[in-house]
Amino acid sequence: MRDREATRESTNMAGNKQDTQNSITLKGSAQLVTEFFYFGINSILYQRGIYPPESFTYQQQYGLTLFTTTDEKVKEYLNNILEQIKDWLEAGEVQRLVLVVTNVDTEETLERWDFDIQHESGFEPGSVKEGKVGTKDLKIIQKEMRDVIRQITACVTFLPLLDCVCSFDLKVYTNQNAEVSDKWAESAPCFIANSQEVRLKSFSTSIHKVEACVSYKADV
Amino acid sequence: MVSDKHDLGASTTFRQDSVELCGEWPRMSHLLFDAKLTEALRMDGDLPRVPVNRLQRKAQEQNVNYLSINNENSLASISDGNSPRSAKSAHSGSFIDYKSPGRGKSPARNKTPGHVAPKLSVRGAGQKTPGRKTPGRKTPTTPFNQQDRFIPNRSTTDLERSHQLLVNNMEASGGEKNSEEDLLTLQQKEYREKMTENLNDGQQPDTRILSFKNKAPQGKEGHVNNLKVLYSAGKPMVPKAASTRHIPNVPEKVLDAPELVDDYYLHLLDWSTNNHLAVALNSSVYIWNGGDGAITALTQLVDPDYVCSLSWIKEGNVLGIGLSSGATQLWDVAQQKLIRTMDGHQNRVTTLSWNAYILSSGSRSGHIFNHDVRVAQHHVSTLQGHTQEVCGLKWSPDGRLLASGGNDNQVNIWERGSTTPLHTFTEHQAAVKAVSWCPWQNNLLSTGGGTADRTIRLWNCTTGICLKDVATNSQVSSIVWSSHYKELVSGHGFSNNQLTIWKYPTMAKVADLTGHTGRVLELCVSPDGEMVVSAAADETIRIWKCWAVDKKDKKQADSSKGQPISMFARTIR
Repeated sequence: MRDREATRESTNMAGNKQDTQNSITLKGSAQLVTEFFYFGINSILYQRGIYPPESFTYQQQYGLTLFTTTDEKVKEYLNNILEQIKDWLEAGEVQRLVLVVTNVDTEETLERWDFDIQHESGFEPGSVKEGKVGTKDLKIIQKEMRDVIRQITACVTFLPLLDCVCSFDLKVYTNQNAEVSDKWAESAPCFIANSQEVRLKSFSTSIHKVEACVSYKADV
Repeated sequence: MVSDKHDLGASTTFRQDSVELCGEWPRMSHLLFDAKLTEALRMDGDLPRVPVNRLQRKAQEQNVNYLSINNENSLASISDGNSPRSAKSAHSGSFIDYKSPGRGKSPARNKTPGHVAPKLSVRGAGQKTPGRKTPGRKTPTTPFNQQDRFIPNRSTTDLERSHQLLVNNMEASGGEKNSEEDLLTLQQKEYREKMTENLNDGQQPDTRILSFKNKAPQGKEGHVNNLKVLYSAGKPMVPKAASTRHIPNVPEKVLDAPELVDDYYLHLLDWSTNNHLAVALNSSVYIWNGGDGAITALTQLVDPDYVCSLSWIKEGNVLGIGLSSGATQLWDVAQQKLIRTMDGHQNRVTTLSWNAYILSSGSRSGHIFNHDVRVAQHHVSTLQGHTQEVCGLKWSPDGRLLASGGNDNQVNIWERGSTTPLHTFTEHQAAVKAVSWCPWQNNLLSTGGGTADRTIRLWNCTTGICLKDVATNSQVSSIVWSSHYKELVSGHGFSNNQLTIWKYPTMAKVADLTGHTGRVLELCVSPDGEMVVSAAADETIRIWKCWAVDKKDKKQADSSKGQPISMFARTIR
């Protein structure tokens, strides 16, 4: 938390005597959103049982106890993706992040966790680069994030069991002209046929707004 | 008669005609009847229902009856043959308009037959099309040599088609078509937009979907999802600790509890120290006397109010009832009288807990109110620590600490007199309803989590550390302790609906008590500490004798309980 505040102070180009806790820069917002994704994705992996619970450790974040993976490969994968997402967020290129859970044997998509990223009005990609700063109390942002993660946890009460060995994949929806390194490849959207969709809460950092939604196969 | 029609719009002419027509009518019907009668009797005459041939039809047209206008078939057949709309002179032959392409719209526009003549002229000059599509302009008029009363029958009209034709006509005639056309196109535009959205599944056409080339590792082979316990009905596991005593696995007594509300968050059971079991069945409260088994009804609330929580005061004479309306009632049970009602909560009062003369109530709003029941201004303080429903609330036996569990997965420990929590535990992953203090060890708290959590945790509340964390594979709804045996009993839901006995401090499972066919909602200990009562969603209340005390131990205990139960003199160790 300290680091983030420091970053925000140094990049606060407006130079006003603003309460540092309340001012959110683009970089700060991207950092917050990326962090949220890290914990959110880890929560999903833990709660849905994609990896055995023994491979998770917990830490306090957002006033909650959150589980994060200790598996090196998974960590590396997540970090690679999230770094790129952070860059894209700062450039305003990313529209959506989707976590897709597929059955390894049948290649069938079982679940889709959709995180839709929007820019708040007044913070379109062009204007933010000039150093425009948003104001929102960090505590409120954290509370909103906490609500979303709690909802993810509570989803277990209605989501169908993932009874097979599953793999997950992260898909990023970007603009056409986004800068893409060759580590990324085009891929299909992987929609679920005949799905049930549940909208979860959303949170906003005053620059970015993230809406969450989960789709799963409706029971026939 | 024909010549009269050339009078433009002369209504008087019309009236004259109508009089004439009316006069003629009775005569005509008489004749018709006569004709029909003779026809029916004739054996070699024309068949009455044969479709007439063309020549006959033409002859009939001259005397066309108003009923046939609404008959599309007849119209269609007529139109070709005898269209007054041909490009011949406007005053050709008959100006009677048989055709009604509007198929019914036109009768409405037939204001007065006097308009026939002007329409003729318009028709001749202005029509581009052969007039088939001008329902508005053409009005079939009734021939004046017959009755003129026109009662439209719209049952066979095709209003949509006629409207469309009307619209097209307006377009064709260069009328105010712009707005309508725009409207149509607007609808079409919207339709197109929606379709593209649907076909592209909600994404803009200028989006790319990317995913990282190096994929994440898959789950291990043979890894069974630990959530499976939520979906499968497994057998209860073999107890790990060898029990040194016999625990009967059938309940001592089963009571029927119809209309018991199957709501995880409510507390509908409490056993007083003078052996009265209070049970809330929807909107009524019953007291079961443990000594003689008698049942008395205490109160019945007005619909749609229902009872959310029950709690006996330590002395056992006053029962606190939390209602769905947000009020808390205090009842003197011996006298069956309502002592007072305490308002204040915005939402239902889900939990109650007594601490001498302080009654704490937790509600759906997340607030906890402390009421001093002795004074008029009962609401002494508010504790705000939860953002969702407070479902677990217990004062410690020494009265210093209050533990509260909420639907927001948090457990808060409050010191008496303070309004900020001493500790906040967030480790549970689901609602914490089961909150229970250890009766013999100070500051030891046990909490149980709901469906997504399924663990029982033991906490040291002075240091705030979680001492033990036990996975139970099932939703935990309630926990009670036994000081005699140093054991805990927890009530569970799907799939076994069992009561599990755990040995403290090892938390080894001693036994599972099964029998309920619905999830266990609430547990209480009897005042003598020997029995546990459970209320479940299967609408039964079962009393289990799991902590039977030996006879010799009992004699010692009995001697201290020998006196008749006195409400006020009694204290609990």
